[in-house]
Amino acid sequence: MATRKTSNKSSASKEELLQFYRDMLLIRRFEEKAGQLYGMGLIGGFCHLYIGQEAVVVGLEAASEEGDKRITTYRDHGHMLACGMDPDGVMAELTGRDGGYSRGKGGSMHMFSKDKHFYGGHGIVGANVPLGAGLAFADQYRENGRVTFTYFGDGAANQGQVYETFNMASLWKLPVIFVIENNQYAMGTSQKRSTSTPEIYTRGEPFGIPGEAVDGMDVEAVKAAGEKAVKHCRAGKGPYILEMKTYRYRGHSMSDPAKYRTREEVQKIRDEKDPIEHIRDVLIAGKHAGEEDLKAIDKEIKATINAAADFAKESPEPDEGELWTDIYATEVPQEA
Amino acid sequence: MAEHTMIDAIRMALSRALDEDETVILFGQDIGIDGGVFRATNGLMQRFGSGRVRDTPLSETVIAGMCVGAAAHGLRPVAEIQFMGFLYSAIDQLANHAARLRNRTRGRLSCPMVLRAPFGGGIKAPEHHSESMEAMLAHIPGLRVVVPGSPTRAYGLLLAAIRDPDPVVFLEPKRLYRAGGEPVEDTGAALPIEQAEVLQEGDDVTLISWGAMLTEAREAVETLADEGISAELVDLSSLKPIDRATLRASVEKTGRCVIVHEAPLTAGLGAEIAADLAEHCLISLLAPVRRVTGYDTVMPYLRLEASYLPSTDRVLRAVRDVMEFA
Ligand SMILES: Cc1ncc(C[n+]2csc(CCOP(=O)(O)OP(=O)(O)O)c2C)c(N)n1
Ligand SMILES: [Mg+2]
Repeated sequence: MATRKTSNKSSASKEELLQFYRDMLLIRRFEEKAGQLYGMGLIGGFCHLYIGQEAVVVGLEAASEEGDKRITTYRDHGHMLACGMDPDGVMAELTGRDGGYSRGKGGSMHMFSKDKHFYGGHGIVGANVPLGAGLAFADQYRENGRVTFTYFGDGAANQGQVYETFNMASLWKLPVIFVIENNQYAMGTSQKRSTSTPEIYTRGEPFGIPGEAVDGMDVEAVKAAGEKAVKHCRAGKGPYILEMKTYRYRGHSMSDPAKYRTREEVQKIRDEKDPIEHIRDVLIAGKHAGEEDLKAIDKEIKATINAAADFAKESPEPDEGELWTDIYATEVPQEA
Repeated sequence: MAEHTMIDAIRMALSRALDEDETVILFGQDIGIDGGVFRATNGLMQRFGSGRVRDTPLSETVIAGMCVGAAAHGLRPVAEIQFMGFLYSAIDQLANHAARLRNRTRGRLSCPMVLRAPFGGGIKAPEHHSESMEAMLAHIPGLRVVVPGSPTRAYGLLLAAIRDPDPVVFLEPKRLYRAGGEPVEDTGAALPIEQAEVLQEGDDVTLISWGAMLTEAREAVETLADEGISAELVDLSSLKPIDRATLRASVEKTGRCVIVHEAPLTAGLGAEIAADLAEHCLISLLAPVRRVTGYDTVMPYLRLEASYLPSTDRVLRAVRDVMEFA
């Protein structure tokens, strides 16, 4: 595309490029469908879409190994799909159904998978960051060489507990990678209007934590930075900060007054930096795939997503008695 | 006269306060350009400037702590916390500083701040976006906790909270934000901050409630009237301190009481009220005081919200129980 500002050269293999393409496209199509289901009234409360940021989780997952952990915020659908969780279960949780990962009690913000080492899905901004350090502590204690990817936003980076975590994680050399997904906005507040020192990755310096800024729209750059951070952590050198410069195309959640940025700003980034279109360019330029191949992939992904949406609509609603389950390990008697 | 929703009334009160007192400052996330999550502050930044209507970073602890400092030094900060469930980190500042400043300084310093936060169900989001944890706040000596039950009362009580010399947590029942309108006159008159309001007089049973549950309580009162039961409905409004005199007077008259709240049962404010009535009105009571409350469960997502929220039916059952008792 003429306006694209990214290079279409790459040293990655055809297989890897195609995998990036598939993984990112799966997230995008999933989110588009989630947006539709929300519009149809099938999803309650909030729904925070990840569209535009796909390269971050896909690149970092490519740098991870089995057993590594991840924990994130409420903008979590992409993370779950990227680490291999089932689109059916994620979509059914959005619609509050029994087939969802929290069996309809968690909603879009609260899903977990022990199998995939995904520790949520958390609604309180900034509060998942110390949890990430705790997961890393448990791994360090077990001496198992695992690392924890702890994701949070540019807005969350202004919460005090983030810095309390930096201090302790550095002091104890915990194997945690702090991934700041800087999409430039916290709801309607731009980073400029909320953040005194905009280079968030430098905020680890006073604590002795190395950090770097990464083009979060370029999946290969993300993967390379992730590998470096993982190596640092696995070598027992303590935490690492990756600030992913990225962008969210949609509103903060499905209710967004859209008064804080212009349509042109969003369109410009879509045109110039879109992570999926970028890989598409690379695939075509490198003659790894033709238009028809990519269309076929899209078709296949759409079928997966449509099946997930059907599952999410058809899965039964939780029984009323579920209100009283899992409050304690012991059963709570139902009140009249 | 035009009808005003509760959100309009809140905006009117904030606007009035900013207009009449230049020490009033608004803090909060997205309250300026966006006008707040529920648009309570829509247009206020444009009107009063970004110096007085301040978009803050995402830092609840600091928002609350800044309010304490600013209030101790003569300002009247009014901060918005986007949802009650985001307020917990601010409780440190509320409990350890705001609520105790007057006592510690033997009155030399005070803390005239207001923390506004929407609470309760109504948007089918889980947990922190919908829960009712007012009792946690009402437990703190030195703090006021106020919940408006209608647009008119929101206007008058918010002005009272802002003008009050002590810290106030002003909890806004989000289910009522746009639930209906009534004409609210922008007179600048505050309502008495500590007074429970008798919304409807009756002789047979007293219903005590606050916030969004007044809707179900009111429906119950109407149904009961058709059955020949005359119920008195009291809007508690001030959860701390509690207007015990009004509650006792009502129950001494009717002899029966049902308390309705959305918050969980155990250690909820219903327990405090029931204990007070047991201690002071035993002779007048014809039946045990009953509570109709949310359950001791986590505030659920989506469809289960309807199972959690006390229904008009549950209120009616409790009232019929106490009527049958004696
Ligand atoms: C403690 C707390 N305060 C406020 C909110 C409301 N809120 C949810 S997301 C958000 C913005 C967060 O921005 P950022 O950290 O940049 O993440 P992004 O949404 O951009 O992914 C806010 C203010 C919350 N969920 N928790
Ligand atoms: Mg952000």
